[in-house]
Amino acid sequence: MAGKWFPAAQLTSSGRPVFVTGEVESTLLSSVDLECEENSHVPLLKSGVLILTTHRLLWINETNTSSSAAAVAIPLGTVTHIFPPKKSMKHMFASPRVRFQVSTSVDGMVIENGQKSMVLTLVLRGSKSDLDSFYSRFWEVWRGRSWEVLSLASSESTSMEGSSVVKTTVVGVSGILRREQEMWESTDKTLQDAFQDLNALMSKAKEMVMLAEKMRLKLLSGPASEPKANDEEMTSKQEMQDWLLSVGIASPVTKESAGALYHQQLSRQLADFVKLPLERAGGMIALIDIYCLFNRARGTELISPEDLLRACAIWEKFDVPVMLRKFDSGVMVIQNKSHSDEEVFGRIKSLVSKPDALRTGISPSDAAMTLGIAPAMAKEHLLTAESKGLLCRDISPEGFRFFINLFKEIDLNDIYSVKDHGIYRSWISIGSASG
Amino acid sequence: MQKLGDFKLPHFFNYPPYFTLQPVRDTREKQLQLWKELILDFCRTQKIFIIGLEEEFSLFTNPVIERSLSHEAKETFLSALVSEGRAEWIDKGHKKCLILWLRIQDWADCILRFVKDNGLEDSVMTIEEIRSGIESRGTELHGMDRTVLIRALKLLEHKGKAAIFKGTSADDEGVKFSV
Repeated sequence: MAGKWFPAAQLTSSGRPVFVTGEVESTLLSSVDLECEENSHVPLLKSGVLILTTHRLLWINETNTSSSAAAVAIPLGTVTHIFPPKKSMKHMFASPRVRFQVSTSVDGMVIENGQKSMVLTLVLRGSKSDLDSFYSRFWEVWRGRSWEVLSLASSESTSMEGSSVVKTTVVGVSGILRREQEMWESTDKTLQDAFQDLNALMSKAKEMVMLAEKMRLKLLSGPASEPKANDEEMTSKQEMQDWLLSVGIASPVTKESAGALYHQQLSRQLADFVKLPLERAGGMIALIDIYCLFNRARGTELISPEDLLRACAIWEKFDVPVMLRKFDSGVMVIQNKSHSDEEVFGRIKSLVSKPDALRTGISPSDAAMTLGIAPAMAKEHLLTAESKGLLCRDISPEGFRFFINLFKEIDLNDIYSVKDHGIYRSWISIGSASG
Repeated sequence: MQKLGDFKLPHFFNYPPYFTLQPVRDTREKQLQLWKELILDFCRTQKIFIIGLEEEFSLFTNPVIERSLSHEAKETFLSALVSEGRAEWIDKGHKKCLILWLRIQDWADCILRFVKDNGLEDSVMTIEEIRSGIESRGTELHGMDRTVLIRALKLLEHKGKAAIFKGTSADDEGVKFSV
């Protein structure tokens, strides 16, 4: 089994990896094989999603996320060397491969600072153009050694705790000043951390803009040296220039990291995220609320409404406990798959059967207050209950109200008859009592 | 129980959703049935033949609960009667509706019964006599709509039980029964 050779990676219920603190995704690739040519005992891990993070190299089995060997993690700390990709005719036609060396224990398990080593190969069966960018990113994060920064920080914080015993004895003004100072420093650090990604983006963008600018200048100088260039060429060059000018703007980061897998991964992440808000909202939440909450949680890397919608739409293909639901009116909500309308209908029915509601009906805001949900959502519930024949509407200058459906209770053969029992009888008695 | 003149209204006349056109199919179907029934009942007892959609019609308004039917709702309910043959649009703009609380065939039967009861077989009457004469007083024919009467008579003529002949003016059109 793979577990004997690689440390297992933890996954969330929707198949997203559980990240350690400070870990950031760099690149995602689909249909990647992980194999070991030297040691035939190491199983071939075929066609999975490869996630390169600042700390680990994760391989996730796409088709079967529930099994224990579904995901393995190779800590970047174990990587001792990354071989540059071979460029020969032979390799032009085969799937691109990235080979790297990891240190292992004596019996072959991948560990940090092991005595032995083995060479692993990643076969990228997806797009061929991924190879170079993946290789450079792999190299980049490996050289970045972010995992060491974290372990350093954690060891620092433990040493700080030790010295804090001494510090707490410093009281009075100097103590307060010191605490203030510490707070400043930590805020500064978090700010710097937060902007690190942005800086990376900015430097990339800068490079791109410079490149575009350079090409534009070259194009501009071109016609001058060749005065015979005809008009057609001129216009096409003009187009090229415009195009280059628009290229200069940085492309979105998250899409860059995940590429084709962007929506899929976003979808899984979203499924994990909505669990808590859903629970709080009682099993159903408006899509617009989730959009706000999700983007707030993401901080800087905001997603567009379109992306959110697409991410939700992919849920159908995964085994996730949530689903997207579209009401007839067009309002979209996210709800638990286990959520049932019957329970809500039961509550609405008891609400409209109360004496006051029998006489005057209920408005969506009445229902919202009683059910403890947003008025827009309450209206959707009422409309659904209406379509099921539970309620009837009443539109008047006073507004839009809902009544319990009495039409079913009336006998068509004798429109004056009233059954001795039932909701029609109680409605009549309330009506006559009030005048 | 609420009344409209001497007409007894059913309980659900005070049910506000009764005056709002229901969008849900099953509910609307039931609402339609109840309105059709009530309109025919009301017109029969009140001897109303024509309902103008743009005029006040007491059945379409309930001042007690301050609700009245929208134009769309009125047209929907009357159209339902039309499609069943219990009413006819008088004009193309659907502004006036002829309510046939008795079908033309039933009216024709009614006339035949009247003719037999009064021994008027093989005798001649004017249309006005049938509508407002002494003989018809107390019967359903009294005060009936002229167009409906003529159509019922034409049906009888078609069956060979009556012959309509024209006089010098519109009000002395006559009919000869031959039952």
